Amino acid sequence: MKYVLTADKYADALRGGKFLGLKCHQCGGYTVPPQKVCSGCRSEDMEVVELSRNGEVRSFTVIYTPAEGFQPPYIVGLIELEEGPWVTANIIEYAPEKATMEELMGRKGRIDYQEVPADMFSGGPRIALAFKVAD
Amino acid sequence: MREVAIAGVGMTKFGVSEITQVEMFAEAAMDAIAASNIKPEAIQAVYVGNADGNVEEGQAVMAPMCASEIGLKGLPATSFQAACSSGTLAIINAFVWVSLGLYDVVLAGGTERQRTMSTPLATRVMGFGVHAKYETPTGLSFPGIFAMMAHLYARKYNLPLSELKEAMARVSFKAHKWGSINPKAQFFGKEVTMEKIYASDMVASPLQVYDCCPISDGGAAVVVASMDVARKLTDKPVQIIGVGQGSSGAVCSQKDITRIPARELSSQRAYKMAGLKPSDIDVCELHDCFTIAEIVASEGLGFFKPGDGYKAVMRGDTDMGGKIPINMSGGIKAKGHPVGATGAAQVYEIVNQLRGECGARQVEGVKVGMTDTMGGSFASIAHIIMRRGW
Ligand SMILES: [Zn+2]
Repeated sequence: MKYVLTADKYADALRGGKFLGLKCHQCGGYTVPPQKVCSGCRSEDMEVVELSRNGEVRSFTVIYTPAEGFQPPYIVGLIELEEGPWVTANIIEYAPEKATMEELMGRKGRIDYQEVPADMFSGGPRIALAFKVAD
Repeated sequence: MREVAIAGVGMTKFGVSEITQVEMFAEAAMDAIAASNIKPEAIQAVYVGNADGNVEEGQAVMAPMCASEIGLKGLPATSFQAACSSGTLAIINAFVWVSLGLYDVVLAGGTERQRTMSTPLATRVMGFGVHAKYETPTGLSFPGIFAMMAHLYARKYNLPLSELKEAMARVSFKAHKWGSINPKAQFFGKEVTMEKIYASDMVASPLQVYDCCPISDGGAAVVVASMDVARKLTDKPVQIIGVGQGSSGAVCSQKDITRIPARELSSQRAYKMAGLKPSDIDVCELHDCFTIAEIVASEGLGFFKPGDGYKAVMRGDTDMGGKIPINMSGGIKAKGHPVGATGAAQVYEIVNQLRGECGARQVEGVKVGMTDTMGGSFASIAHIIMRRGW
């Protein structure tokens, strides 16, 4: 069966203004980021759907010792989407010095994305999910 | 299946190496071969764990190069790449081939030379162990994963971060206390105070430098043989009685990473094969790449209930004389973490503990020991349970 939503198509959709995921016809669950089979029931019978972009911070860290190519400090978080899946995203437009458990954990917001420059290991251009905390 | 044992072990001093990873493996391997009282020609296969030799030294085909280096040309030589659990997978595969009766003697272990890389490059390369498309582009580092684990843990069990941080600092203190008297450890001779731990720089909040393992070079090797052969070679063969392995994908796909299903499944497989339960384990080397990782692993292995691991640290349950002494080698934190070699170095320690050869670090009355090794985004987790074979 043909791959329904590849990593490249998922990234291109974000660049085009759409945050896509997969909805399973068998169990009704969502799979985000996309993969070959449903993360809940392993069915391949899934359709591509546009997601709400709504989510909540479940955990985070402020990174001070970066990987090559990144400017510290920056925030990475685990975001639980309204549809159920968790995604890894940068928490952007948020001052790292204010990033405490009390301030950030459980905060609601919206999913966006950022372009990330290619490097010698990345196999081409790439994007990262980004999360903007609501006021 | 035949009974399988480890006849002899060897490892280099971990830290900063002036020799290549092939040379480090060769040094550890020849020590293991000598300790096993065998001739190199008795070896029938060579299995070597190595994570990132391609980038570190431009060296792929690590196992064949290692085999050739010690004169074992023509043998089957297989490299295992599963980030930090590579060396454990090499040993588990040696166990499987010998237990099936296909070989009598296999040389297995691992090697890694990370210190050829700058810290930013090493952080990037270690980052190969998370999802390259969906996570790496956020700049998620390894400390970052475990930092998020720490925040989740504090929230889930409703404890102030400062309380968790104290338990984490105690894990680091314990590691350095024992690592400082382990001559093979990167931090040998360097005891660390609680003040120094608390004052260290932030790496990825809430993890500070002394919550994190160092970047290391090292090699380690073991000779795996059928029990019949091992008994002829040594008075103290260490029997492998249980192995387990499990896997996971991207960090985010696992959601609440205070519980790692791959670890729980893998360790249960190992316990089942050994016919043992967590309370039967007398000493454990587990994957303390970060202080919070030790706490979470001690729960995942079933030594403590979920949420009780940080209290166990404060009670001293995981220190010498406690319910389950953990990482008496100094662990990954203080012994060092040359990732491909780490699993083999854990086995090295357990073999020496079972044989009663650990000096001031010796746990009394050890009959059964266990290793826990975790690679990547919890992508590969593997366990080995060993007991005295004499
Ligand atoms: Zn489904």
